[in-house]
Amino acid sequence: MPVNAVGRELPERIGNYLVKPYQGTNALEPTSKKVVSNRVLTLRPASGSKVVDTLEQAIQATGLKNGMTISFHHSFREGDLVVGQVLTAIRNLGIKNLRFAPSAVVNIKNPSIVDFVRDGTITRIEASGIRGELGDAVIDGLMEEPVILRTHGARPRAIEAGELEIDVAFIGASAADEYGNATGQIGPNACGALGYSFIDVTTAGKVVIITDNMVDYPCVPASISQQYVDYVVVVEQIGIPEKIGAGATRMTRNPRDLMIAQRIADVIAASRLFKNNFSFQTGAGSISIACTNYLADRMEERGIKASFALGGITANIVEMFNKGLVRVLEGSQSFDAVAARAIAEHPNILEIDNAVYSNMYGKGCMLDKLNFGVLTALEIDVDFNLNILTGSSGEMMGGLGGGPDVASGADISIAALPIVRGRTPSVVNKVFTICTPGETVAMVVTEAGIALNPRHKHYEMLREDMEKTDLKIVSIESLRQLAESFTGKPKQIECTDKIVCIVEYRDGTVIDVIRQIKR
Amino acid sequence: MQLKHPAVAGTLESSDVQVTIHPNNGMGLDIRIESIVKAQFGDAILETVEEVLASFGIAEALVRINDKGALDWVIRARMQAAICRGADCSFDWKGEDA
Repeated sequence: MPVNAVGRELPERIGNYLVKPYQGTNALEPTSKKVVSNRVLTLRPASGSKVVDTLEQAIQATGLKNGMTISFHHSFREGDLVVGQVLTAIRNLGIKNLRFAPSAVVNIKNPSIVDFVRDGTITRIEASGIRGELGDAVIDGLMEEPVILRTHGARPRAIEAGELEIDVAFIGASAADEYGNATGQIGPNACGALGYSFIDVTTAGKVVIITDNMVDYPCVPASISQQYVDYVVVVEQIGIPEKIGAGATRMTRNPRDLMIAQRIADVIAASRLFKNNFSFQTGAGSISIACTNYLADRMEERGIKASFALGGITANIVEMFNKGLVRVLEGSQSFDAVAARAIAEHPNILEIDNAVYSNMYGKGCMLDKLNFGVLTALEIDVDFNLNILTGSSGEMMGGLGGGPDVASGADISIAALPIVRGRTPSVVNKVFTICTPGETVAMVVTEAGIALNPRHKHYEMLREDMEKTDLKIVSIESLRQLAESFTGKPKQIECTDKIVCIVEYRDGTVIDVIRQIKR
Repeated sequence: MQLKHPAVAGTLESSDVQVTIHPNNGMGLDIRIESIVKAQFGDAILETVEEVLASFGIAEALVRINDKGALDWVIRARMQAAICRGADCSFDWKGEDA
């Protein structure tokens, strides 16, 4: 069996999937070929309207057939009502064996995605993550075909490389007009940025907009342009506002998380890259949110202003913007209602295409210009590899998101995690699933100290900067030993030989696979 | 040592363990473990439970463990408390000073 650059044994083929082993970031797969797109020349509808009465009619009009590929965005998060309605309509039409390729699978219930797998509507899944009931079922061997998991940056690459051709994209929008101009920024069920759907809209064979808020032509703002849209369907409701992210994300009160967050801000402030016009991405985990606030304090103390904040935008980043601490917010996703509304209110708060955020094969992405990125993770190993997918008992805990992209793009990528959670050590010898290669992780910040990665490109610079502070620098091995002294040595999770998930890195190579858990 | 009646120690909070102990007269030891980390630590938990029972000389008991990811020291302490309550005895702290 071939072994990839992070030491994982991989088969040469998994079913029909030809494995390209991850070779390390110095050997990233070069690509130079025509962009693949399923978009077709289409004569405008004679009626001057693209509105179709029901989802069933729209699906029939798209020509969706057995075995095709459908896609969705995940911007309504746990409040999504679009995916369930569309899949139910597809099932009613008796269409089967579909490849389900949303930007991420949100944990929807009633109906659950598992139901559509069990009845054969869906037979393949490709996404950034498969949390919840579906994730647990997949890891227990639900599907014949392995699920392909891709980072946010890897998905547009795979689409444009022709590895994931989308036949029909179903795009939920909180406002749309009869000709298909659409947005997520306004309306009762606004979700903010629709940055994950742009690649689908511009490359899918057919595009269907689904809204519960039809507005007068032309819909302004128009995140999605009419020129890409085939049909518009009005449904009763596209999302549950409380679950889309109604209020501002709350600040954690967990003292350990606050301590880690404060240390991250200290680390950033101690770096020589912390100067006017620096850039950052902190994310939306509880440590990340707290860290953003501490970072704002450090910036105010030192009179330093940032050029841009990137990725998923939260209320407290908007607050920094309002204080004049950040010049531009480049958001591919809005994590709460404050961030969602802010795009329409300020010209310097932008909704950006996920591809320009994270796709390294798009002639350069914004991550290339990022100074500091904070990465949350479930586990880190002594080689600094991160696991952001699987829990210690072999359960699906999350999605890849943009973490691996941020790690490789940012100058200084900072992994943040407590050394133990409950009785589970999170600094280990070998993580269960490698998602982010250790060579791209500059350091890890924990409650028990900070470890720098000697293999990182900026190690010397970081070491010099940190030595000038009183921050406690330790070795990652000592963090691992300390964690194990608290928890004891966990028994290895046993797996069968069946591969249930393939984890693709941002260049389309395979960084790891997940095998079915032996129960 | 003999257990006189059923007793409980601990809570179902995250990182805690709830130990319920019953006299099991004439039927030896019966240890039932539920744990969110059973796959990784089930054997270690059983070992600790048996060790604490032995240290009190208890040979007959029905012990139910409902573990929410407690560290070993916590399991040990909850076991000791449950035994002392079930046997109506106070904990002998002398051993702890050694």
